Amino acid sequence: MRPILMKGHERPLTFLKYNRDGDLLFSCAKDHNPTVWFADNGERLGTYHGHNGAVWCCDVSRDSGRLITGSADQTAKLWNVQTGQQLFTFNFDSPARSVDFSVGDKLAVITTDPFMELPSAIHVKRIAKDPTEQTGESVLLIKGPQGRINRAIWGPLNRTIISAGEDAVIRIWDSETGKLLKESDKESGHKKTVTSLAKSSDGSHFLTGSLDKSARLWDTRTLTLIKTYVTERPVNAVAMSPLLDHVVLGGGQDASAVTTTDHRAGKFEAKFYDKILQEEIGGVKGHFGPINALAFNPDGKSFSSGGEDGYVRLHHFDPDYFNIKI
Amino acid sequence: MADVMVMKEIEDTALRLGVDISTLDLDSIRLPPGENYGIVSDDEEVYLEDNLEFESGFGNIIVVDNLPVVPKEKFEKLEGVVRKIYSQIGVIKEDGLWMPVDPETDKTLGYCFIEYNTPQEAELAKEKTHGYKLDRAHIFCVSMFDDFDRFMKVPNEWAPPETKPYAPGENLQHWLTDPKARDQFVIRAGSDTEVLWNDARHLKPDPVYKRAYWTESFVQWSPLGTYLATVHRQGAAVWGGSTSFNRLMRYAHPQVKLIDFSPGEKYLVTYSSHEPSNPRDANRVVINIFDVRTGKVMRDFKGSADDFAVGGAGGVTGVSWPVFKWSGGRDDKYFARMGKNILSVYETETFSLVDKKSLKVENIMDFCWSPTDPIIALFVPEMGGGNQPARVSLIQVPSKEELRQKNLFSVSDCKMYWQSNGDYLAVNVERYTKTKKSTYTGFELFRIKERDIPIEVLELENKNDKIIAFAWEPKGHRFVVIHGDNPKPDVSIYSMRTGQNSRVSKLTTLKGKQANALFWSPAGRYIVLAGLKGFNGQLEFYNVDELETMATAEHFMATDIEWDPTGRYVATAVTSVHEMENGFNIWSFNGKHLYRILKDHFFQFLWRPRPPSFLSSEKEEEIAKNLKKYSKKYEAEDQDVSLLLSEQEREKRRMLKEDWDKWVNDWKRMHEEESLYRQKLRDGEASDEEEEYEAKDIEVEEVIHVSKEVLHLEYGQE
Repeated sequence: MRPILMKGHERPLTFLKYNRDGDLLFSCAKDHNPTVWFADNGERLGTYHGHNGAVWCCDVSRDSGRLITGSADQTAKLWNVQTGQQLFTFNFDSPARSVDFSVGDKLAVITTDPFMELPSAIHVKRIAKDPTEQTGESVLLIKGPQGRINRAIWGPLNRTIISAGEDAVIRIWDSETGKLLKESDKESGHKKTVTSLAKSSDGSHFLTGSLDKSARLWDTRTLTLIKTYVTERPVNAVAMSPLLDHVVLGGGQDASAVTTTDHRAGKFEAKFYDKILQEEIGGVKGHFGPINALAFNPDGKSFSSGGEDGYVRLHHFDPDYFNIKI
Repeated sequence: MADVMVMKEIEDTALRLGVDISTLDLDSIRLPPGENYGIVSDDEEVYLEDNLEFESGFGNIIVVDNLPVVPKEKFEKLEGVVRKIYSQIGVIKEDGLWMPVDPETDKTLGYCFIEYNTPQEAELAKEKTHGYKLDRAHIFCVSMFDDFDRFMKVPNEWAPPETKPYAPGENLQHWLTDPKARDQFVIRAGSDTEVLWNDARHLKPDPVYKRAYWTESFVQWSPLGTYLATVHRQGAAVWGGSTSFNRLMRYAHPQVKLIDFSPGEKYLVTYSSHEPSNPRDANRVVINIFDVRTGKVMRDFKGSADDFAVGGAGGVTGVSWPVFKWSGGRDDKYFARMGKNILSVYETETFSLVDKKSLKVENIMDFCWSPTDPIIALFVPEMGGGNQPARVSLIQVPSKEELRQKNLFSVSDCKMYWQSNGDYLAVNVERYTKTKKSTYTGFELFRIKERDIPIEVLELENKNDKIIAFAWEPKGHRFVVIHGDNPKPDVSIYSMRTGQNSRVSKLTTLKGKQANALFWSPAGRYIVLAGLKGFNGQLEFYNVDELETMATAEHFMATDIEWDPTGRYVATAVTSVHEMENGFNIWSFNGKHLYRILKDHFFQFLWRPRPPSFLSSEKEEEIAKNLKKYSKKYEAEDQDVSLLLSEQEREKRRMLKEDWDKWVNDWKRMHEEESLYRQKLRDGEASDEEEEYEAKDIEVEEVIHVSKEVLHLEYGQE
């Protein structure tokens, strides 16, 4: 079906997130206002005002009541999804890059960038049920490795935290003690910065995308490399279909090279791969800049992509898509 | 090995000699040179094994002998003279001139040492002043300081050289016996150099040999494909072998820049250029010609870069490579080089000039050999302000007889193209119009094999068209020209042989093609018209027999195109001129895309050439006629392969699926095991994900059904 072009951001998109019911789509961009849209028709529902820098990441609670956003203004903010009201601000000493609610939404993991003398860090915050009782205290603080952490998410049962970033290594930490449990193998793992990380719907496996022009599928519990998807471009964003055995990779050449090369050379396509056979199925064109964010609707029947070009494209699949055989 | 003394023994000996071992600085002890008291150094083995040649560090010193013997008073004068002579050649080091004096007679000993900054300068000085006549009685005798050692070691008695038993070499042509008749190619990407089979049936390359840092600048196949040459700082090397690639020979040539094989791959020409120590001088050029098999230097040429900058009075700077052009044919009999107003032709029997004389050709601009016969075509531009016409002449070697000459008027430029069998020579002549403000183009076509070498003149329909590309059909009688001024030029195809009369005639013109380069299949008949660079890699596969386009395609940003030596496949490559899209595509001759390989930092793609076929042309024709009979076998093989492939593919997929199912089952089990905990984490909210799975399945079916109808409507609207 013809994609729905959602023009609401003035700067490149950074992150997309559907709520659990799949009726709302949250988008973050380098302009300062995260936006919520109807996932069905792409109508803009509202924006969240308050951040003073690029917003890198967001997560929404299971009941779609709370939104957490991480921003380059060195804060992470909790919002009331419905009213757009700012509930709480976590202050940091460096930009917040990634946020993720735990199972049960009682905890949130927030990563901060290395900044000035500070190394990157993973913070675990308790999220209070009543926003008036919310404090900024960290339950746990993990000093990160060299380089930026681009994404950190919760492992099964909130027992672990999985992080990945500039040093191309994927790490699993104990969420109680902060101990490093596992590291991905340098040989079989990514060779360049890991840009994105997406969990499967049941959390049993996750997909990482990297600038080494590949995406890899890992077992969440054992950190075993299961699959590798090789593409022709650096991968900026990844998503997994919750319905079919498909993965989507988005990317393109470096944003700085966009203006100097032919639009065909960039190939800003969202590429579909068969999750099991690791073969390319097809691609969805449209963006005129690299794709920075991808998200699947939890029902698996639509997905959206956000680009460096500032657009969100919402794609509802044609019926043919569900009958693809390769 | 050494009899190492035990510490105790040492202490005893020290006591006996009254030496206090604790105050002794062991590092200060030096053994007399040349004596090791039976103690073998740890690295002795390494040293003996490699028998490396170490530079003694005296390479920049020369010894000048036969100087006049002078008393002290005249000493300074003599030194002045010597210094004057030798500082013309290079910069003498400070205190680099030393003239020893006999302490008894207080006179000089008649020789001196001179130290330069570089060994190259020293060598040049030796070359230039050896035999220099200071006066009748004093003729300089110059030697390298390093050579003295060598001269001293010459044994007094002659010993017969050892005869080595014959060791049979590997079959260097083994790759030609591939049962699947595949071709090889070499690629260079990043630091790796790789030789691969082009396995078009399986739609992928099949690796043969891979090596990191195999070469320091580039690789090159020899013209018949026997060797792969690599280039290093110390020189060039060739590699080959039946199954793998072993180093067959090394050719020492420091800082070699360029290499060139003779067409029969008997000789290898290497070239290097060295910065002069005096910045005003031209670069020094060294060219060596090696025998490929023995590795011996057959002849070397040294001189300043100006001597090798060819182009007569044209003022072309820099060396045009190859400097030496080889005569056609596989016997590598002659090679030639252009100089100022001369053409020097050498023969490989003696590696000296034919008839001991260069050919005098005033203002020679360009020359080229016939690819098959010892005939040189050369071009001389107009002289004397147009009073003396420009001319193209054909000269037979070794008789140096002029076979044919053609005078041309108001020529601005001229290019010569030989047909690969040496049957025809096309001379593309650019002439000035009467106003001399613009140029127009014409062709002079020589029929070499016919009596008296008739010349035909061909002009394009639109004389003002620029020639963008020209190419003869290999072994054929047709040629293709890309011409035009506008961004979309025309392509014209001509034949030298049509019907009864053997006159050149145009077969067709294709208008407005996005092409700026053309590539004939080595077997003739097919061409690829390519729009490289500015045209973004448009490709058109054209059948010249039928005069029809077989396919059009695009390899975006392609920079290089090469046919495989059999004319079955075409490789298009994007080399690291651009950052993007580096890699290569393989196409069938008729434009079907077979496979694509992407490699970052992709530098080179080269098909391994094949030696010419042993089949006579009659035999080839016969095979072409009965192609059906021969092709049956291969078709059957093709089918087998494709069956096998699909079988393998199915098997692979089944395996992958099974593996995956195993993972998923594990996950499901664990997920269920954890469901209670999860429920707790969610404050007792039923963790209904498991149910959701099933519910989703049902939902999916229904919705697909509904959405189908909706879509029908939408299609109608569109």
